[in-house]
Amino acid sequence: MARLTEENVRLAREIIGRYPKARSATIPLLHLAQEQDGYVTNEAMSHIGELVGASSAEVFGTASFYEMFKFEPVGKYLINICGTMSCALMGAEELMHHAEERLGIKMGSTTADGKFTLERAECQAACTEAPCLQVNYRYRYRVTPDQLDTLIDDLSAGTLSSEIPAHGVVASVRQHIPADRGVGAVAPELVTENPVWLDGKAAL
Amino acid sequence: MTGGTWQHAPDFYAGDRPQVVTSRFQYEDSYTLERYLATDGYKGLRSALARPANEIHDEVRSATVLGRGGAGFPAGNKWGLMPQGVWPRYLVVNGDESEPGTYKDRLLMERDPHQLIEGCLIASYAAGLSQCFLYIRGEMALAQERIATALNEAYAAGYIGKNILGSKFSLDIVLHWGAGAYVVGEETALIESLEGNRGMPRLKPPYFPAANGLYGQPTIVNNVETLANLPWLLNNGAAAYTAIGTATSPGTRMVAVSGHVNRPGVFEIINGITTFRDLLYGDEFCQGIRNGNDLKAFVPGGGSAPWFTPDQLDLPFEASQVGPAGSMLGSGAIMVMDSTTDIPRAALTLTRFYAHESCGKCTPCREGGTWLERILSRVVDGKGTDADLDQIFEVGESICPGAFPHASNEKLGIAAVPFPYRMNTICFVGPSAYAPVHSALTLFRSEFDARIVKRTMIKVTAVSE
Repeated sequence: MARLTEENVRLAREIIGRYPKARSATIPLLHLAQEQDGYVTNEAMSHIGELVGASSAEVFGTASFYEMFKFEPVGKYLINICGTMSCALMGAEELMHHAEERLGIKMGSTTADGKFTLERAECQAACTEAPCLQVNYRYRYRVTPDQLDTLIDDLSAGTLSSEIPAHGVVASVRQHIPADRGVGAVAPELVTENPVWLDGKAAL
Repeated sequence: MTGGTWQHAPDFYAGDRPQVVTSRFQYEDSYTLERYLATDGYKGLRSALARPANEIHDEVRSATVLGRGGAGFPAGNKWGLMPQGVWPRYLVVNGDESEPGTYKDRLLMERDPHQLIEGCLIASYAAGLSQCFLYIRGEMALAQERIATALNEAYAAGYIGKNILGSKFSLDIVLHWGAGAYVVGEETALIESLEGNRGMPRLKPPYFPAANGLYGQPTIVNNVETLANLPWLLNNGAAAYTAIGTATSPGTRMVAVSGHVNRPGVFEIINGITTFRDLLYGDEFCQGIRNGNDLKAFVPGGGSAPWFTPDQLDLPFEASQVGPAGSMLGSGAIMVMDSTTDIPRAALTLTRFYAHESCGKCTPCREGGTWLERILSRVVDGKGTDADLDQIFEVGESICPGAFPHASNEKLGIAAVPFPYRMNTICFVGPSAYAPVHSALTLFRSEFDARIVKRTMIKVTAVSE
């Protein structure tokens, strides 16, 4: 656990190659590190720094700004319960209290078995489906306390593992630009002329 | 999709209205290339490439496609702000949707990713943009998967990449995703984040990244919904587009109505003419307030917008009318509060959001937002004093000097203060922390007064000998 694995370094180089400047890949690479270890380790941040040409402090400076990056282990399932207005109007507080009681932990903490972390989240863009929550960024809509119990039972029993990957994996599909189709990123200082299709004529 | 039987899909209601951006939502497989091609997909791109780029730019300009992200600036004009002869130019798609109450972009990305991709291609062709970055909110796992899949399909089929459709137009579209920060929705913060930095808004001027954006180059930042309009526009022409809606607000727009209504949902409405009353009470929309309750207040344009009460129900979705009435249309999100709502507590949920999401760059927002949240929490907990209520206004003044916009209210005998406000911060996060508590306190003062601890003076008499 620590630096990016060989396979992830290969992926990292592919991602970096899409940007005119390597530093732009910092956030995608931090996701890659979190996917690998479940959270972002110091070693991974130094490694990312080497790959994009930044110091590990600069990488941490970026990483610490963003809520999704965790710097210590969290539960296998991160449950984010939305508490912003529409959800609050439809009973989010009650749902949060219920979750705390059911799991025996407070918001912002992790169960002793390392299975669940509870967090109060801000607006998750599912406001007409309030109150809503996300488990590792997968939605559950109009959740009642009973349904929350069922969800926790299902997660504990492992019956949802095909739909909800362990914390760290956000999207399970990656973009891949085929070598023969991609235009390729060019550093901005190397471009001095207008794109070829801006010649006043139709492109086709 | 797997999951328990109780799992509920987001409600979208098409109704009997024109569908510019949601026409494929009716299909189970709306997100696939196959379905997209079977429903006029990539036809707009083909017809665009058959004409010179500047003609396409003119077409978009003449359709007055208003930006759907919040500010409502016409896309064609925005593209025109780029300096001549400076290359390369970039397109950054703002899919970092996180304004409380808003979720139209998420549905557009999840259900019709190819439409967005086609919009990016048309915009890049028209405005001479050399590379496109699709910045999607980090927490939207499904949207990222759908877009990644669509991009992979479109590359393989020759719609993206080198010599698109065999033409001289070439473009890479790169999927980029965030990691949870509301402020990154601000366009200069979005660019900072895309450069690998903390997502803090840049000092202004320059006011528009069109002049100086990604890597210091001319950059267009457009909202997802704005770009999703372009394929339809190219297929049907600017005249057909402006035939929907009004002259100043043409086309349609997507709105999400949530909170205490009978049928919360997302709707594509006709711009400029649909009123808030239609939306909240109309049969084809939300069908009234839940349990037959009275409407108490509603937020008309996302969490940042000053609130309206039933007095403003007959206003249409038209910025030139909503602005003078004291609020904004913002991102098309309406949150409804019925008569049972605890107003100070409701305001707290929004103020807490903006205080939490402050990036910390500007002192009035970083300190002021937190102060507002703390004071308001104290009041909600029944521990506030009269001085606290005065202090809310005082802190607000330090974020937004002068009169802050609010709605008129006949019963209270107050007139509207028009939008916009003045601000001491670079971006709108600070003022947005103040907007909900300012509206609540201005329109529902008695509910705050009732929460205040009343202290009685105890007469102290000096003991005499």
